[in-house]
Amino acid sequence: MIVGIPQTLSFYSYYPLWKTFLEGLGVEVVLSRPTNREILEWGIRDTVTDACIPIKILHGHVIDLKDRVDRLFIPRMVSVDGRATFCPKFLGLPDMVRFSGAKLPPVIDSRVQATRFRSGIIPFFRDIVRQLQVKPKFNWLVSAYQACQQQRNYQQLLLTGLPPLQAMRYLETDPQVRADAAGLAEPAGGNPGSKLKVALLGYPYVLYDPFISSNLYQRLKDMGVDLVTPEQVPPRQMRRLSRVLPQNFFWHYSNRVSWSSLYYLEKPGRVDGVIHVTAFACGPDAMVDKFVELEAKKKKVPFLTLTMDEHTGEGGIQTRLEAFVDMLRTKKEREEKGAG
Amino acid sequence: MKITYPHMGTLAMVAEQLIEEMGQESVTPHRPTRQTLALGARYSPEFACIPFKICLGTYLEGLDRGADTIVSGGGYGPCRAGLYGEIHRGILNDLGYDPEIIFLWPPLKKPVDFIKKVNLLKGPSSWFDLVGIIRRAWAKLSALDELELLAQDIRPRELRKGETSRAFNRGTAYLDRARALSEIAEAREAALQELRKVDLDEEADPLKVGIIGEIYVQLEPFANIYVEETLGEMGVRVRRSIYLTSYTKHDVLSTKGDLRSKKLAQPYLPQLIGGHGQNSVGDVIRYARMGYDGVVQLAPFTCIPEIVAKSLMPHLSREYNIPVLTLFIDEQTGRTGAETRLEAFVDLMEQRREKMSSVEKLPAESRLSYSSAL
Ligand code: SF4
Ligand code: SF4
Repeated sequence: MIVGIPQTLSFYSYYPLWKTFLEGLGVEVVLSRPTNREILEWGIRDTVTDACIPIKILHGHVIDLKDRVDRLFIPRMVSVDGRATFCPKFLGLPDMVRFSGAKLPPVIDSRVQATRFRSGIIPFFRDIVRQLQVKPKFNWLVSAYQACQQQRNYQQLLLTGLPPLQAMRYLETDPQVRADAAGLAEPAGGNPGSKLKVALLGYPYVLYDPFISSNLYQRLKDMGVDLVTPEQVPPRQMRRLSRVLPQNFFWHYSNRVSWSSLYYLEKPGRVDGVIHVTAFACGPDAMVDKFVELEAKKKKVPFLTLTMDEHTGEGGIQTRLEAFVDMLRTKKEREEKGAG
Repeated sequence: MKITYPHMGTLAMVAEQLIEEMGQESVTPHRPTRQTLALGARYSPEFACIPFKICLGTYLEGLDRGADTIVSGGGYGPCRAGLYGEIHRGILNDLGYDPEIIFLWPPLKKPVDFIKKVNLLKGPSSWFDLVGIIRRAWAKLSALDELELLAQDIRPRELRKGETSRAFNRGTAYLDRARALSEIAEAREAALQELRKVDLDEEADPLKVGIIGEIYVQLEPFANIYVEETLGEMGVRVRRSIYLTSYTKHDVLSTKGDLRSKKLAQPYLPQLIGGHGQNSVGDVIRYARMGYDGVVQLAPFTCIPEIVAKSLMPHLSREYNIPVLTLFIDEQTGRTGAETRLEAFVDLMEQRREKMSSVEKLPAESRLSYSSAL
């Protein structure tokens, strides 16, 4: 039995969990290829024209997988904290895929609906076992436990600032390699005082997908900018900030972005600028973007929105990033001179 | 308090009555226009849904006419609409306005919050007065719905184009002036009478189309580029999946929503997705079962739940053998463009009906009484 997982959307947040669990059940896990032009074009062809880019891309990944796997793994992500749900498109995702018209292998659409992540995850795992109709070698609870362990390690790695793809690779290498790499993982020193620090906010499936985001993350790193993302806000801080707004967003990932913006803008000097990366035609982002913009304006921190669409021209992005970073640099130098 | 609020179809009329009877001043919004939309769009995020932009435009116009308080409802499912209040506030503050914004949630979801806010709004009137006020508002709401249903029935059969709409406007004007229960009853009678006077083609057997989709664009004719009227004048008898009274019953006074549609949607979309997404799926099936000739799905551009619903439409349309036309509406959607698409859709339905009736005769009485469609 081969189970295919599309390499996008919640993959970035939960892949280690799923993979560990599924492999524990004795099934083979296959990933779709990283997003590329072909996948994007398949997606555009197969999705309603009004959908956002990430959803179109998901359909492309499904096409990429459909002939090589026995099952498609598209869990219905409803809620992981018992309060906010995921964006409605996540809620209806398995159905959108199933009825998209293409001939597809059966979809495993187990529901993740939790009060607290751990407690709600058990019914999810049980449902996977039921839908797969496999006879697991061990008790599946053992795999479930291992999966949660692995997920915890993964989240820890993300907190240290490792981007998801690297963190996943890191988890999969054997411990020795890992120990060696640990030394290297630390960012090379430099002068911490004058290094620019930018909050790069957005949904993980946009931020970390080198294709959709036109390699934004790396580009900024290459310009010598220190990046912080929602993945580096400690969970305790997230929980604290979830109580300060008169009205939170209704969607999991949007909340993470808005709370991180609060976090990074909370203390002056925590970041020098904010970049919000949005997906073209994303419903929630229209609201989130305004929110972050107003928040940054209040705190007088420079703000830039970048919208990722089907044609995000590399040239255009590079110039806008450079202009923004230059502006931040000049501003910072002026301030440091002023202070000193 | 000088209160302004969004304009959503005939609701504005009832809201005005409510506010004035509670002893507040109503800065009654006019029907949104292109200017309203342009104004709202200028200060809104590009991908905000169109109700957001229209509402913002309406508020700005109201504030310039002296309003100091904005009242809006937030219970349209856990969707972006629930966030309108906060984001609108942010934008308005940024523009230098500082109105009071009172955002009402469905009473059963946040009862304490609701009572607090009503207490604020009701001003000097007592809770006892409120009962009477609400009864009168409900009477008007029901009368307006009745009027709409009758207009939808006769418009496709009118002999002189536009007559129904004119009669309808006269009728709503009567109702607008009526305040006491007896006046409302009288105005209702007079208004229905106006509509009954319209000369009809008694032979006609109009096509039947169900209108489904997001609530604001269904209820506000400006937002849906007058789809109802346009279809009606093309000889189509329409029904919406949402009327104000049914909406109040299903979504305001209950937390469950319209259970019939939700149940039908189960096999296709077994998950609440906010807005009216799940309803839209169920409604297609409902209309197909009632023998309708087609369904028009209305949705604001970038409307999240309706995009999910739309993805399922091709499949539903095939399985239940009913044509579905989806209109996504944004600032650029012009009336003529929509008309062309609607015309083509009507042609398609006509051909389909001919084909079907040559195979098997349709039941002769295919006109439904309007209560059964509600
Ligand atoms: S949050 Fe935005 S980008 Fe993500 S699925 Fe929903 S609409 Fe698309
Ligand atoms: S249902 Fe659609 S139009 Fe209504 S708030 Fe949600 S996205 Fe906007």
